[in-house]
Amino acid sequence: MAEARGPSIQLRDVWKDFVKRGRRVEALQAIEVAVEVNEFAALLGPSGCGKSTLLNMVAGFDRPTRGEVLVNGVRVERPDPSRAVVFQEPALFPWYTVLDNITFGPKTRGLRPAAYQPRVDALLEQVGLEGFESHYPAELSGGMKQRVGIARVLVMEPQVLLMDEPFGSLDAQTRLVMQELLLSVWERHHQTVLFVTHDVEEALLLADSVSVMTARPGRIKKRISVELPRPRALELTTSAAFNDLKREVLSLIREESRRAAAQSGG
Amino acid sequence: MPRRGPWFVLLPLALLVLWHAAVTRQWVAPGIIPAPSQVAESWYRWIFGAAGTSLSPYSGTWLANVLYSSRRVLQGFLIAAALGIPLGLFIGWNRLVSNLVDPSIQLLRPVPITAWLPFSIAVFGIYDTGALFLIGLGAFYPIVVNTTHGVRDTNLLLLRAARMLGASETTILGKVVFPSALPSIFTGLRLGIGVAWTAVIVAEMIAVKSGLGYVLWDAYYVGRMDICVATMCSVGMLGFLSDRLIHGASRILLRWRALEAHG
Repeated sequence: MAEARGPSIQLRDVWKDFVKRGRRVEALQAIEVAVEVNEFAALLGPSGCGKSTLLNMVAGFDRPTRGEVLVNGVRVERPDPSRAVVFQEPALFPWYTVLDNITFGPKTRGLRPAAYQPRVDALLEQVGLEGFESHYPAELSGGMKQRVGIARVLVMEPQVLLMDEPFGSLDAQTRLVMQELLLSVWERHHQTVLFVTHDVEEALLLADSVSVMTARPGRIKKRISVELPRPRALELTTSAAFNDLKREVLSLIREESRRAAAQSGG
Repeated sequence: MPRRGPWFVLLPLALLVLWHAAVTRQWVAPGIIPAPSQVAESWYRWIFGAAGTSLSPYSGTWLANVLYSSRRVLQGFLIAAALGIPLGLFIGWNRLVSNLVDPSIQLLRPVPITAWLPFSIAVFGIYDTGALFLIGLGAFYPIVVNTTHGVRDTNLLLLRAARMLGASETTILGKVVFPSALPSIFTGLRLGIGVAWTAVIVAEMIAVKSGLGYVLWDAYYVGRMDICVATMCSVGMLGFLSDRLIHGASRILLRWRALEAHG
């Protein structure tokens, strides 16, 4: 890449409007985001704040009304395998087995099995899907489906990984397991990650930086650096340093929800 | 769910008893409706009787007529599927094709295939082609409409996932849209085969001189209501059988969906 030295993901003065039932709705206002190469960045915000819209624009599913979205210095025009997405609903192809779902990308690119098979085998082991290769998505639990969703994009060796509340529909226990799994996988691959969530602990546990968003119209309220040692494990969430950060984020959220309540009240 | 058991035979059995009673006790005017036993006897002779030797001209001609009608249904149905499925895929997938073709289909669709009969005879004459035209046309509509519907119902998230994984539009159409529309396509095929049997009877009654539809009309003219009823039963059974065949094929091809229902 020509501008490999610059930020991996960059949003410059991005605005996004929607037309909903004939009325113009402002979803995002003056968004400035810069995610460095190999950074794990979290976007934290209440539901409806436009954080998924923001991620969709980085993915290339959606275009900004104003401003520009750059990935590795190149303007995003359309979806591309270099920008992998893990959705909240796993969005697996229900007519394909686990293995066929994971090899969908490489096959589509016309790669020969010899070229991707070693990577597939390694990933199956890393995400704990060994022995489930010939299962159909309908036979898997929510957590297992999301493992497939992660494996099928990692096999493409993407430059950036975009995750849209990937563990949002899982139960609390499974979510913890998946967070640790993601940490261990990320320690190996170290992609640039943009991770959207409304879960404060999840954001702080996983990310190097947490950008707190405001309620609609969404703006970036504050970016907080999470300088906690890596590799991280779940126990981190009980440490004093973690709790200090959590307190800071929570007070930001409280301030924001008060402001939103006052605004809608007036 | 309660166990199925042999309960489903109860209603047909009761209807059979009622039919028998209606004839033997003369609740209906005598000579119009044949008794079930008489139908069974005529049907048996129609199937197994020696051709040409018996007094009845129908004796032993059942299989030949069944084959005539079945072949027409199969040919017309295959033509309808071969045209309807690809066209439905394109209408559902492409805005331009949809705007170009869909309004015409929606305008022509309400014209019943029976209304096409004079047109069909005028253009194709009293030959097989006319019958195939009617059958194909009748089966085409439900197939194309349901395929279109299935394509438009494709989950947006799956399309995004495929694009994000680098799939071209052709790949998406073949590997995402088509399998996603397949359940709906099978619904269209099952409706289509039903219409095909309706169309073949209509076509054979008027446009061609062979097959079950021809026998039905011919038997009515010579007052053989027993053969008429036997023909109705034959068509019903063939329709049921062909529907089960398509249903069976869908069960095999849509195995992933059965898992979903139980999951």
